[in-house]
Amino acid sequence: MSAILEIDGLVKRFGGLLATDNVSLTVNTGEIHALIGPNGAGKSTLINQLCGELTPDEGRIRLNGRDVTGMTVPDRVAMGLGRTFQITNLLDDSTVRENIAMAVLALEGHNFRIWDNILRRRSIWNQADALLTGTPLESRAHVQVSGLSHGERKQLELLVALARKPRLLLLDEPMAGLGHVESQEMITRLQEIGQTTPMLLVEHDMDAVFALATRISVLVYGRIIASGTVDHIRTNPEVREAYLGAEDELC
Amino acid sequence: MQKTLIVVGLIVLLLVPTLTDLAGQPALLSLVTRILIYSIAAASLNFILGYGGMVSFGHAAFFGVGGYVVGILFVHHGSGEPLLGFIPGSNQLLVTLPLAVIVAGAFAGLVGALSLRTSGVQFIMITLAFAQMLYFLFVSLKTYGGEDGIIIRRSNELFGLDMRDKAVMYYVILVVWAGFFVLLWRLIQSSFGTVIKGIRQNERRMAALGFAPYRYKLYAFVLAGAGAGLAGALMANFLRFTSPDMLHWSKSGELMIMVILGGVGSFFGPILGAGAFLVLESFLAGWSEHWPLALGLILLVVVLGTKGGLGGLIGKLAAWATRGRT
Repeated sequence: MSAILEIDGLVKRFGGLLATDNVSLTVNTGEIHALIGPNGAGKSTLINQLCGELTPDEGRIRLNGRDVTGMTVPDRVAMGLGRTFQITNLLDDSTVRENIAMAVLALEGHNFRIWDNILRRRSIWNQADALLTGTPLESRAHVQVSGLSHGERKQLELLVALARKPRLLLLDEPMAGLGHVESQEMITRLQEIGQTTPMLLVEHDMDAVFALATRISVLVYGRIIASGTVDHIRTNPEVREAYLGAEDELC
Repeated sequence: MQKTLIVVGLIVLLLVPTLTDLAGQPALLSLVTRILIYSIAAASLNFILGYGGMVSFGHAAFFGVGGYVVGILFVHHGSGEPLLGFIPGSNQLLVTLPLAVIVAGAFAGLVGALSLRTSGVQFIMITLAFAQMLYFLFVSLKTYGGEDGIIIRRSNELFGLDMRDKAVMYYVILVVWAGFFVLLWRLIQSSFGTVIKGIRQNERRMAALGFAPYRYKLYAFVLAGAGAGLAGALMANFLRFTSPDMLHWSKSGELMIMVILGGVGSFFGPILGAGAFLVLESFLAGWSEHWPLALGLILLVVVLGTKGGLGGLIGKLAAWATRGRT
């Protein structure tokens, strides 16, 4: 089992606030590593450092053994890093199909051409259609993103990330705001994807975390206070106190 | 429907010199010529502003650079002294026009490389600052007329045509204009155009897909600058004059008004916008020296009332008319 993502001693300060406090963790191939923690624990800050939107003050991030700490977002994406956003972040004036095609376009390259016709790049559209086939969004292919429901946008976020054929997925709260049925569908979908693609999953929904994760790390005040298997975390008294608290029904 | 409109429009444009001749209104021919030239500049601004989401407030700089390429080459052609000791002057349109495009594109590359590191209000201010720097540079170039600019006694030559004839000049500009808009149409449908439109919608998303926005935006900025340079070179030929006024910030503002008036991000918008602006300018200016006040009011009404400028308004009317028929 080799590590696809290695984080070593990551520190991020915002003024006097220590948002990421010496965080080290790994994601191995075949693993779904869940990152949980109360609101304001610094989960999104960590994700944004991993994908390159924020630069850490200290520490190293390695992807596939290569140091990516100083790399830009597009360079990391080119190395196989895929992500979804907590608050959906899509091309709102474009259709579902166009959003997916844009991801395929990013993968295929040749995008400085000014004399071709995008509609005639058949391979782009064929791949986009293939990715859509069999998903709940298939019948919504020609709907603009601004006309989609919240749940549909969440599904599209995931599809767009997958279209880029990532080697590692960073998922920032893929369940947030989904209804019960939608959540169940998303869990099934993520289980399928997890067969082939390792993930770092940031999530509040404990049912989802316990159903999906092969390993869980608990982030509190920017620091990882515990890391281990699902059973280990479930029974860890420190975690219960710091995070799960009195909400026994969650466990 | 759209195709018919384009064909009718082109036929009208081909007949303009005959019609103005018949009507005995030579001033109208020169008005239409200026509309054609400004619509090239406005459309090139619209490409970065409307399609790329970059609000550049210094676009006239590249317009002026294009004009000065024609002017400076003409000066050196007349004196026989090479520019910088090795670049010979020229009065051939087939030389000056491509050169104006290349030089304006190169200037846009320099300005864009620095200013695209910022965004939002800072980007607006920094493009404005660069344009004003170029403006003062040309004001201080006494060799090339300084504030007074360069008078180009004879327009550039092309295939031995009589370029003094206003109608001949009009047709030459019309051909270049049509070529420019065909290229622009292709550009917008291309892979690059698609990426640029994506960056306007959501730059953060595009970066997360693996597109490096800076490189794409810079390329778009260079293309737009080159387009403005083409317009400037045509203007210098048409007016037989080039001056720092072409680079002044108020000219950038005029180009922006044309884009907004016509409809930001619509293909035919800048043509309508340039037409509306120049027609209003020439009629309102004849009516009162305070014409910008009236223009301001009209702009306000168009922006607030149509949501999409004249292009959007016409689109809505067409949709309404076809619905009425069925």
